[in-house]
Amino acid sequence: MDKVLGQSVPRLEDPPLITGRGRFAADINFPHQLHMRVVRSPHAHAEIRSIDTQEALALPGIHGVWTASDIPDIGPVDLRADRAAEVLKPYRQPVLAKGRVRYVGDPVAAVFAEDPYLAEDGAELVAVDYAELPAIVSVDDPLGEFAPGVGTEVAIIPYSYGDTEAAFAAAHAVVELDLLTGRHSGVPMETRGAIGRYDAAKDILELHGAAKVLHRNKETLIRMLGRKPSGLHLYESHVGGGFGIRGEVYPEDVLVLAAAQRFGRPVKWIEDRHEHLMCANQGRQQHHWARMAVDAEGRILAMEDTFHHDQGAYIRTHGVVVPNLTMCLFTGLYRVPAYRARAHVRLTNKTPCATYRAPGRYEASFVRERLMDAAAAKLGMDPIEIRRRNLITKAEMPYTIAFDEPEAKDGEIDSGDYALLLDKTLAHVGWDSLGPELARRRAQGELVGAGIGMFLEEGGLGPSDGARIAVDTEGDVEVITGGASLGQGFETSMAQICAEALGVDYRRIRVIHGQTDRIPYGIGAHAARTTVMTGNAVHATALAVRAKALDVASEILQTPGDELVIADGTVTRRGRATGPSITLGEIAAFLAPASKNRGAHAPGLNAEEFFNTTETVFPYGIHFAVVRIDEETGHVAVERFVVAYDVGRAVNPMLVEGQLVGGCIQGLGGALYEEFAYDPHGQPLAVTFADYLMPTAAEVPDVEVLLTEDAPSPHNPLGIKSAGEGGINGVGAAIAGAIDAAISTPGAVTQLPVSPQRMRELLRDRQA
Amino acid sequence: MKPAAFEYHAARSVEEAVATLAEVAPDQGRILAGGQSLVPTMAFRLATPEHLVDINGIEELGRLAVEDGVLSIGACVRHAAFHRPVTDGGLGAILTFMAGHIGHYPIRQRGTFCGSLAQADPSSEWCLAAVTLDATITAQSTRGRRTIAGADFIQGIMTTALEDDELLVETRIALPAADTRFGFAEFSRRAGDFALAMALVSFRLSGGVMHDARLGIGGAEDHPRRIPQAEAALDGQPPGSQAFEAAAAAVAAALDPMEDAGTSAQYRRELAQCLARRALESAAESAAA
Repeated sequence: MDKVLGQSVPRLEDPPLITGRGRFAADINFPHQLHMRVVRSPHAHAEIRSIDTQEALALPGIHGVWTASDIPDIGPVDLRADRAAEVLKPYRQPVLAKGRVRYVGDPVAAVFAEDPYLAEDGAELVAVDYAELPAIVSVDDPLGEFAPGVGTEVAIIPYSYGDTEAAFAAAHAVVELDLLTGRHSGVPMETRGAIGRYDAAKDILELHGAAKVLHRNKETLIRMLGRKPSGLHLYESHVGGGFGIRGEVYPEDVLVLAAAQRFGRPVKWIEDRHEHLMCANQGRQQHHWARMAVDAEGRILAMEDTFHHDQGAYIRTHGVVVPNLTMCLFTGLYRVPAYRARAHVRLTNKTPCATYRAPGRYEASFVRERLMDAAAAKLGMDPIEIRRRNLITKAEMPYTIAFDEPEAKDGEIDSGDYALLLDKTLAHVGWDSLGPELARRRAQGELVGAGIGMFLEEGGLGPSDGARIAVDTEGDVEVITGGASLGQGFETSMAQICAEALGVDYRRIRVIHGQTDRIPYGIGAHAARTTVMTGNAVHATALAVRAKALDVASEILQTPGDELVIADGTVTRRGRATGPSITLGEIAAFLAPASKNRGAHAPGLNAEEFFNTTETVFPYGIHFAVVRIDEETGHVAVERFVVAYDVGRAVNPMLVEGQLVGGCIQGLGGALYEEFAYDPHGQPLAVTFADYLMPTAAEVPDVEVLLTEDAPSPHNPLGIKSAGEGGINGVGAAIAGAIDAAISTPGAVTQLPVSPQRMRELLRDRQA
Repeated sequence: MKPAAFEYHAARSVEEAVATLAEVAPDQGRILAGGQSLVPTMAFRLATPEHLVDINGIEELGRLAVEDGVLSIGACVRHAAFHRPVTDGGLGAILTFMAGHIGHYPIRQRGTFCGSLAQADPSSEWCLAAVTLDATITAQSTRGRRTIAGADFIQGIMTTALEDDELLVETRIALPAADTRFGFAEFSRRAGDFALAMALVSFRLSGGVMHDARLGIGGAEDHPRRIPQAEAALDGQPPGSQAFEAAAAAVAAALDPMEDAGTSAQYRRELAQCLARRALESAAESAAA
């Protein structure tokens, strides 16, 4: 196999998964394990007057019941991001509620039992006396108290540059919008799970069922539990989806570890779907007041946005990353001379929020692209033309978005040819004929229209990741990374990168990830950085192994190293396949520690290298939607959806396509179906799959992917950019534009998701 | 989502089932047929029956037959049994079409027609069929057998005329006249979701006008029911948009729809009106052959 990088080779991960031999969190069992059930608050906001655990403890099979007073030495779940921000610390979530509960689902007590049924029986017998308090349900409600003397507005964060005031004063036209994004989240097929085990013989505390950012979570858990770095390890098994929400440290992870250590027995907790929909991180809910100034030709002069960010009940591990991400790339692919944004981060008595795939970006793209559509309507311009006119050009690259605020991270865009992608998108959809065709159908009474959402992404945030690679005497390769696999094809893509650099069949490469006892560092799988960071680390390491192999082979084959090539694991002279050769396995044997031939070479055919960067990468995309609306029922059918995306360079186009299609469908969920609604008392209304409506195959079109590689990143040797979030980012924006077009009412959509009932209301407004 | 403890009884005959049920009914004993509604409710511990009487092993309850002009559906006949028409003509075809709207394929392999009636969810397709087509429901207990008309059987949300110690053993639907035309339309958020509203209609034609019109609406109110004002707007009229619009308007006027957090009464009323008309249009098209 000559060329494997960039090829859509089959996934290495699949055989166990498609033959039912996968091992997910629920499949992990240890002898003598206990099962944990969490008693959760039924109220959105209440004082805990008392908790009586006697009846539960008296039930046969119940091993223990904990409340906050049983774990006085364990602090709240610590921040991973924004750790230095003192202002956030009072808002962290206790592992078990102390004195007050702040959302329906807030953990109040933990029951440990011999089996999961008994654990639920015991949980029902824990008697908690609550005194209800008024709940803050809307982010626009008057501010209240999180705790005595601590308000519910956590922070007001500004991002700005340029003179917006002057720009608005001089504008030819100003558009102003009031927009809402609904609360939804990543809902992986596998719910969370955590199995704590204390290995007393080795004095190591183990967390199984971990995911996403194991090394970072290890740091958090060490701090919280007072363990030494060598005395706590995390283990990832198969993971049935993450999407940003799975694999953060949650109260349950801390509980199973503390209990395993105290009881001396393994403790297993598997989240049920009902819990998942109440307790796992949610996201997206923001209320924006945005405006934009344009000149007479539709050129953007300035953008302004103030928004309320619904953080839910606590600040979780991500700190205030989401509102920051909403603001930092708000201006998108456009040249915006002046910009001013302000985030009000507010707590409500609802499930806490954090990052969900394209965090902050989905929201920002909805708002920005709504502004573009509104400006086009106001000026009587074509929505595509106004966008084209404002695109940052290829000649302007690299392009820097520098903010006035010293703590705001500047956007240093590495590369991009946005106009080219727009041309390619329009050519792909056949816009020259599709546009008139849609107009003709509308003229015949159909409610059908197209919308577009253009967006900038950022990924590959460093600063550093490493890898270790070793070739064994059979010529098989082990690549040890600190990456994580959430189902995205991590093993395959890392194997491809290694195979290409080293010259071996990618199927002979075993990729290790998600085991903190195998490698002391790792960037995990988050914020679209795995392929860029870990991929380039694997690349650098594979090149080092290759250099060592060639060095030794040159000696053995008596040939200068630069005349040697490695293909399919065998070193030969260039152009002489039949001449003298040596396999990588033989070289590994030659380099064995006890080998008599090794001479001065360091033992083993292996290497450890790092990829360091202070730069990030900026992939970009265009989403294009065609919708058809049933005027009577309000049903919105998505006839076509195109994801055009420049990934710089695709390690495996099939895997990138999978990422983009999956993300797109989640985006359609947020645009049309999924919503974590709450009643006026803060009771969640979507706690089963009958109420939280994820789109199924019946609701979505065959998503068309237009993957381009026109703007490789100059910031890493492979030129790759990130792919995890490009499928979802602009979906809300494109669907909103398409609905407006279908009902010939610019600016109609001001809120996501557009349920059929809301659609009917828009249609009634239109008739009125 | 682990159910509370319960005692499981596997009945081998209807007599044994009702005898056991009589014994355990005071302790929240429940019949287990397909379990597609009951078991999830138990998993949430919203239902905590102390006894389950499993009737799946009773062979005679799996009986699905057409004889003497009557379609008989035993207590254990699955939704999937209707994937293909169970009888010639419009009735078999419409039941097949309706079955396709029930949940998803695996659910239809397990859930039962009679179980849907006993559950009496307002959005149940089979409850709408039972009411609109005047089904007769047979209940049995140690006290004997009795029959209940479909319209009397379903009394409200999850409320039926069935006593705690009664087993719904069979539903019977009289075969309609061969020239009867049927139409059904439903709206749900996603394929397989509970309907927000649905309409089942039938009528016969003679001399170019409709008669014996039936029009039932489900999903909109707390239980499905026929709308006599709409039926009156059809009888004696030629099929066509004028009569269909009038019947649909009568539906909208007659309904007192449910409201919930996500769905207003107005929206449900609009849906019911639209679906009544669409069901009528499809009936007009269906057996035009």
